[in-house]
Formats: sequence, structure tokens, C-alpha cells
Amino acid sequence: MGGIWQRARVSSLAWLGAALLLIIVPPWMAGGYRIFQFTFVVIYLIAILGLNIVTGYNGQFSLGHGAFYAVGAYVTGALMYHAGTPYWATIPLAGLTAGLVGFLFAIPALRLSGLYLALATLALAISVPQILKKWESVTGGVQGLVLTKPHSPIGALTSDQWLFYFTAVVALVLYIAAWVVLRSSVGRAFVAIRDNEVAAEAAGIPIARFKTLAFGMSAFYAGIAGSLSAFVVAYVAPDSFDFLLSLNLVVGMVVGGTGTIIGPALGAVFIEFLPSYSQDISRAAPGVVEGVVLVVFMYLMPTGVAGFLATAGRKALSLVRGRTVNHGAAGAVPPTLADQEPRAGPGEGG
Amino acid sequence: MLEIRDLVAAYGPVTALRGVNVHVPQGTTVTILGANGAGKSTILRAVSGLLKPTHGLIQLDGERIDRKSAASIVRRGISLVPEGRQLFTALTVEQNLRLGAFTRSDRRGVREDLLRVYDYFPRLRERMKQAAGSLSGGEQQMLAIGRALMAHPRLLLLDEPSTGLAPFLVRDIFKIVSTINRDQGTTVLLVEQNATLSLSIADYGYVIETGRVVIEAPAHELRENEAVRKAYLGY
Repeated sequence: MGGIWQRARVSSLAWLGAALLLIIVPPWMAGGYRIFQFTFVVIYLIAILGLNIVTGYNGQFSLGHGAFYAVGAYVTGALMYHAGTPYWATIPLAGLTAGLVGFLFAIPALRLSGLYLALATLALAISVPQILKKWESVTGGVQGLVLTKPHSPIGALTSDQWLFYFTAVVALVLYIAAWVVLRSSVGRAFVAIRDNEVAAEAAGIPIARFKTLAFGMSAFYAGIAGSLSAFVVAYVAPDSFDFLLSLNLVVGMVVGGTGTIIGPALGAVFIEFLPSYSQDISRAAPGVVEGVVLVVFMYLMPTGVAGFLATAGRKALSLVRGRTVNHGAAGAVPPTLADQEPRAGPGEGG
Repeated sequence: MLEIRDLVAAYGPVTALRGVNVHVPQGTTVTILGANGAGKSTILRAVSGLLKPTHGLIQLDGERIDRKSAASIVRRGISLVPEGRQLFTALTVEQNLRLGAFTRSDRRGVREDLLRVYDYFPRLRERMKQAAGSLSGGEQQMLAIGRALMAHPRLLLLDEPSTGLAPFLVRDIFKIVSTINRDQGTTVLLVEQNATLSLSIADYGYVIETGRVVIEAPAHELRENEAVRKAYLGY
């Protein structure tokens, strides 16, 4: 029964097809500012994907991913502004620098957990913008750095369309990379540590190594998102990376579905469009609208949109099966943690 | 095989072990008896590298392991079934078992051990796709033991496997432990409050009180020992 659901290859091809469709179509449906918004959905997606690795999969709470995002943005900004480095060439360095900062931050943070870790990351989010303001010679201080917006190398595309495609391809590569890593033994170690650290240690999983790795990898993703944002906006300034950014990433992760592969995409749409739609509904108090929407979402979908869709899909599936076969089929429901299925992933053991 | 000498361990200012000597010969089952808080679990935590002792030494086949990490101790062939089972509750039974083999890279051996664990515990095979948190207490204990076996240990450490289980389940589990000891030649170090059962499968026993070994003797002698009978066997 349900042969298609078991053929992982067919379903991952379908996902890839859907992803490509989502990449190719949007720029032709809308112009100007809308494309810019779509590009930011993609950028937030990358950042939330990173946050999801350390918080969703590894269980280390971070309220400070805006700081890693800022590091990535400023590496790109400074390289473009001071050294005239082409925008695309700055991306790997931005990601690696942010990743290194994340890794180094994780070493002392190993001793902290839960709320204490959340506070330490919060401190990071608050202090980084101030450091950027003080370090004027490199960062341009409060004024920030004005960059040149990348031109489209393809004549048929506007600069905004080109940047959308560019970020979308970067996101797709990072998405696949995250998927591969999270299904490998590394991903299994992340989840095991989240689920029960004592048991993970007793099973011989080197806790410190994987916790710092998760933080570093997560910060790498946030740094790349920041790097992309720097040249898409063509401007970096300390106030774009305030604490609200970190908080938004957490909101996106939770609304999308913590610890799921598809969640970050849904969460990114949410945090990009919620503020502007809230403005449309109430110009006087958009924050109230945002708050209400958020509460409603959490009330109706406590496991995030991804969790909600998975449950709804399974219910629909068992309804269909129940009608055509029998009710016993409900017992053959796929496990809820299909994302973390460790079966014969690449890199068995490690 | 395992040699614990003059082991002292503490949790912050609280001393849990005050110089413990335990000897576990290859292929045997050794049990450590004692009341709550006597320090039994601390011995196993120290052996498995979860706790660094403040003094004394632990040797596995002549090699000191008391300063080694938990991961490297698992690789050397010691595997712990922790107190209170400590499963990955959100993961499936099979995912739990595979995580037990995390330190191994021999795929074929892991596959064989998985089948062997399912043979020891057919209930786990039936429930392999279920979340570990949804299992009954007895099944959870089986899974905890199965997960430890997935590391293919030479020395299996069991921390109070009888806790919270119905007597018939405890008997089943002890029977399987003694089967594993006999068939696989796996050495067993068993910490228990249930003295009757653990002395029935053990070759040798230690009784510890407030961090010290107070009596040690072959299991059959301990069963006859007046003080042990009064304190732990209840007759």
C-alpha cells in the first residue's frame, strides 16, 4: 500500500520540482518591490534554516542569530566597500566568518543550557550592533556603508529579478546541504543530544563536538543570509540588525515548524509578509494585528505550519484509505519524525 | 577485565564514593547491592566516563580509562544502560537502537547486532516504528538494554534495570541479561536494589553503604549471609 509514499526518490524529485517552480515563477508575477520582498523571503529562509539547525534539531536555544546575520552582512559590506570585492565572492567568507564566530561563542556556551543559553545569545544580539557602531573605520559607524547594487549579467532580467534568482539558487544549494547533513549521522547526533543529552553521552556521542558544530553550522547559514541581504539592500547599517531581527527569526522558526525541513520556508513567508499585511489592516496599530495573528497561529497550529500540514495530510490519507481499504490502515501511518529517519543515510556511524 | 581501585567521587561538595575497590573478571556477572544513595550509580557513572572521579583509578584490561571521555570508553567496549532508562523518547525504537551503535562504522556488524537485539526482544521488533516514549515501562527497559547492546560491548553496565517494573517483567529481563552473559560472553556489572534476583544471576557480589564496600563475597555466600539477608533479602 502507498508505494509512492515509500519511494523517497520520487517524492524528493517532486520536492525539487516544486522548489524550482517556486524559484522560476515569482519574478514574472510581480515587479519592483514585490520581487524585493520575495528575495527577502528567500534570505530569511536561509537564516531560519540555520536557526532551525541549532535550536530545532540540536535543542540549543538562540535568541541571538541576528548577530551572526550582522557579521555576515558586514563582512560582505566591508569587502565590497573597502576592497571592491565582487559581491558573489564575499559570500563564502561572510558565511565562514559568521560560522567561526558561532563556533567560538558555542565553546563557553557549552556550560549553559535552556534559559541561561537564551540570555547569553540575547546578550550577543544586543552587543553586536553597538560594536559595529564603535568600530567606525571598518563599519562606517552609525551611517553604515552604502554599496553598489549588483547589476544583472543577463540583459533580459532586471537587477531585482537577477538578485531573486541568485539568492534562490544559493538557498536551494544550502537547503539541500542541510537536508543531507541532517539525515546523516551528524543530524542523528544533533537530534539525540536534543532529545536526551545524558543518553546521547552514554551512547558515545561526543556532546561538546556536536553542540559546537551545530552552533557553527547554524551561524554559517545566518551569516550567508546576512551577506545576501547586504548587497540586495545595497546598504548595511547597525540598526538593521537590532534585537528585533533575532526575535523575528525565532518567530519564523516556531510558526513554520521547529525541527522540520519545510518549516523555515513557511516561517520566512510569515515574517516577511506579516508586517506589511498588518499595516494594510490597521495603520494605527500594526503591532496589535501582528500579535493577534501570531497568537491565533500558535493556538491553531501548536506544532507550526509544517506540523499542521503533516497532521492534516495524514488524516486525509487515512480517511481515503479508510474508505477504500479498511480502518486497520490507520495503524500503518508513517512515523511523525520522517524528517529524521536515520535509515541508511550517508555516512553511517562516524 | 575491569579493575576499580580506591575510587573516590563527589558531586560538588557531596562525596558519593569514599574509596571503593571492585574487581570484575572477564565473562562473569558481578552485582553491586546497596540502598538508595549508597553510591551504586556513581560507580557506573564513573566507569562509563560520565563523571570524572576525584581520586583512584579505573582500568579496563590493564589500561587506565578514568580520564577518558565517555565516547572513547564506549569505543573501548563498555556500554551503560542508564538509571531510569534515558531513552530518546521522541525517536522511534529503531532510531534509538541505531544511535546505540553511533560509535561504530562496521555497517554489517551493526545490522547483525540489530537483528540479534530483535531476537532477544521480539517486542521491540513489533514496535520498531513507534516512538520510544509510547512504549510501556518493560518495553522501555528492553529498549535501553538493546540500545546498549548495539555498541557491541564487552562489558555491559546495568543501572537498576528493575526500577518501576512488575515482578514478572523484572524476571524476564534478568533472564535475558543472564542469557546475553552466557551466549555472547558479555561481562556484566549490575547495580541493583533487588538483591534476590541480582544474586540469582550473579557470580560475585558487593554490598556498599554510604560510599564504601562493606561486604564482598561470591553470590551464593552473600545469599546465606545473615546481615545481607536481613538488610536486602528481607528474611
